[in-house]
Amino acid sequence: MTRTITFREAINEAIRLEMRRDPLVIIMGEDIAGGAATFLQDKGSEAWGGDLGITKGLVQEFGRERVRDTPISESSFIGAAVGAAGTGLRPIAELMFVDFFGVCMDQIYNQAGKMRYMFGGKAKIPMVVRTLIGGGFRAAAQHSQCIYSVFAHMPGIKAVVPSTPYNAKGLLIAAIRDDDPVMYFEHKVLLDTSGEVPEESYVVPLGKAEIARKGKNVTVVALGRMRLFALQAAEELAKDGIDVEVVDPQSISPLDESTILESVKKTRRLVVVDEDNPMCSMADTIVRVATTQAFDYLDAAPKTVTAPHTPVPFSAPLEDEYIPSAAKIAAAVRAVTK
Amino acid sequence: MAELSKKELLAVYERMRLIREFEDRAASEFAKGKIPGFVHLYAGEESMAVGVCHQLTDRDYITSTHRGHGHCIAKGMDVKAMMAELFGKATGSNLGKGGSMHVADVSKGMLGANGIVGAGGPLACGSGLMAKVKKTDQVTVCFFGDGAAEQGTMHESMNLASIWKLPVIFFCENNGFAQTTPARYHCAAEDIAGRATAYSMPGLAVDGTDFFAVREAVAEAIARARRGEGPTLIEGKGFRYYGHFQGDNLSYYTDQDRADQKARDPIDKFKKRVLERKLVSEQELAAVDAKCKQLVDEAVKFAEESPYPTLDKVFTDVYVSYP
Repeated sequence: MTRTITFREAINEAIRLEMRRDPLVIIMGEDIAGGAATFLQDKGSEAWGGDLGITKGLVQEFGRERVRDTPISESSFIGAAVGAAGTGLRPIAELMFVDFFGVCMDQIYNQAGKMRYMFGGKAKIPMVVRTLIGGGFRAAAQHSQCIYSVFAHMPGIKAVVPSTPYNAKGLLIAAIRDDDPVMYFEHKVLLDTSGEVPEESYVVPLGKAEIARKGKNVTVVALGRMRLFALQAAEELAKDGIDVEVVDPQSISPLDESTILESVKKTRRLVVVDEDNPMCSMADTIVRVATTQAFDYLDAAPKTVTAPHTPVPFSAPLEDEYIPSAAKIAAAVRAVTK
Repeated sequence: MAELSKKELLAVYERMRLIREFEDRAASEFAKGKIPGFVHLYAGEESMAVGVCHQLTDRDYITSTHRGHGHCIAKGMDVKAMMAELFGKATGSNLGKGGSMHVADVSKGMLGANGIVGAGGPLACGSGLMAKVKKTDQVTVCFFGDGAAEQGTMHESMNLASIWKLPVIFFCENNGFAQTTPARYHCAAEDIAGRATAYSMPGLAVDGTDFFAVREAVAEAIARARRGEGPTLIEGKGFRYYGHFQGDNLSYYTDQDRADQKARDPIDKFKKRVLERKLVSEQELAAVDAKCKQLVDEAVKFAEESPYPTLDKVFTDVYVSYP
């Protein structure tokens, strides 16, 4: 049975269902319970549920042993998730904003990401790090990046970028059940978007792209929030007879190259939309996949629509300029179809 | 704390002796070019690893450091698999994919030597958290050096372990030097153990070269952790015979340092004590010496004769699954 819920509720529901199903799943992070409920036994008391209320109510249902507020010590609690995963739990750690990865990266890439390999396959680290990404909140340079390409770059780590309430729930359930460390990137502007989501548990497989809109003239690969802008652009372009196919990779590591290639071979034109900075980005990687594996099919040089190579600015008009828009996507599509 | 039986004393002596034999041999095999990469040797600190680990079971965990061979042996790892790992062979404990700085055996509760100074603290909080959530009586010992004591991760981890009352023992092996930088320079405190006060946990400094002093301090900390009363910080003051890594010319050790080290040798100290009290005989200790030499000879032979990993192993075990 499906009903309409928000992206925020979809994430909460995924965690809740997995914590009910598997007692080894725990969650920890800064203020994820939050407020009175952290210290009072009273399960009815209101809990803050994280900065943006995503984990609201979990502490009332599962208690403080499994829903843990942490000190502002990202190295120690993300590292504790690694140690707990390596010894038998399935922890979810919340890194409040991805911009904070600088204070705990060692535990993610040197410990979680390398342990299995360094130990000759004799360890597994089934953990999820959930973290907020993206511009649009006027939150300035240290609370607004996407920067997920950094994690896709790293062997041993998987990375997913949900874009709808449906895939937010299914990808998170898949990530929690996965035996490898998974980075799960939640775009803060998407939290209030709504969509149809089944009540029951289901999995959106890691490493599988989705065709968000079928089309035959141009392939637009769009990540996270950019999927919404790509769909808007596609509606505009349809009026001019340009039929856009929108591909949402959903996972950036593993990356579903075959779905992207199949689409590009069909449409023969490619635009990649990515809110991340352009250097060493997923946008560049996807263009490389197309040009090295489908060169003969391309009728035009691929284009990318990305954030510029700058930090995220604060002032509203500047931030709006920074984030790729439906208009910029439409212009890029027109340019490759000329 | 119960006295150790003769059998237990000999087992303790064997682990310490085996570490020394292994490390001395690793030094000579490194010098011959048989062991590649970075090697950080534990000789001189045997009383700390063994003083701690002989009180643990395979279900208890330890996290380790750059200088991890001693912890591995003390926790019961097979020296053949360890030596093969140092040689980079397919039969190594990590299939030749980790080397000296990453030797591990999770089945023995050994969560890996670690190339990142101070990285073990958060990991130890994690295995401690596992035990707490699963309501087992497992404890975790986090070994770290005086150098790591200055890393933020260690401060964060001691605080986290304390507020969550995690069953973790933070054991600082203060060998006096962070690479070449002396602790009296890099550490603002006289005793690293004194920092325990800041994290509301018991803290004590002991002579790390005295097996019995280490054993006694750790016994109480383990009991406290198993009772669910939370972490303890113990600082063992000791030294290392070899440099930070093999190739370090030890220009920072004075002749006096050398003489002091010899006088504090943890194995000599242990022998003297058990012989004076007639708990074991010279002959029994000599038999252990011979056994350890043989075990290490066999380990080197095994490592030399083992094949290198096949080239496909570059690509395996990055993930459990990756389409």
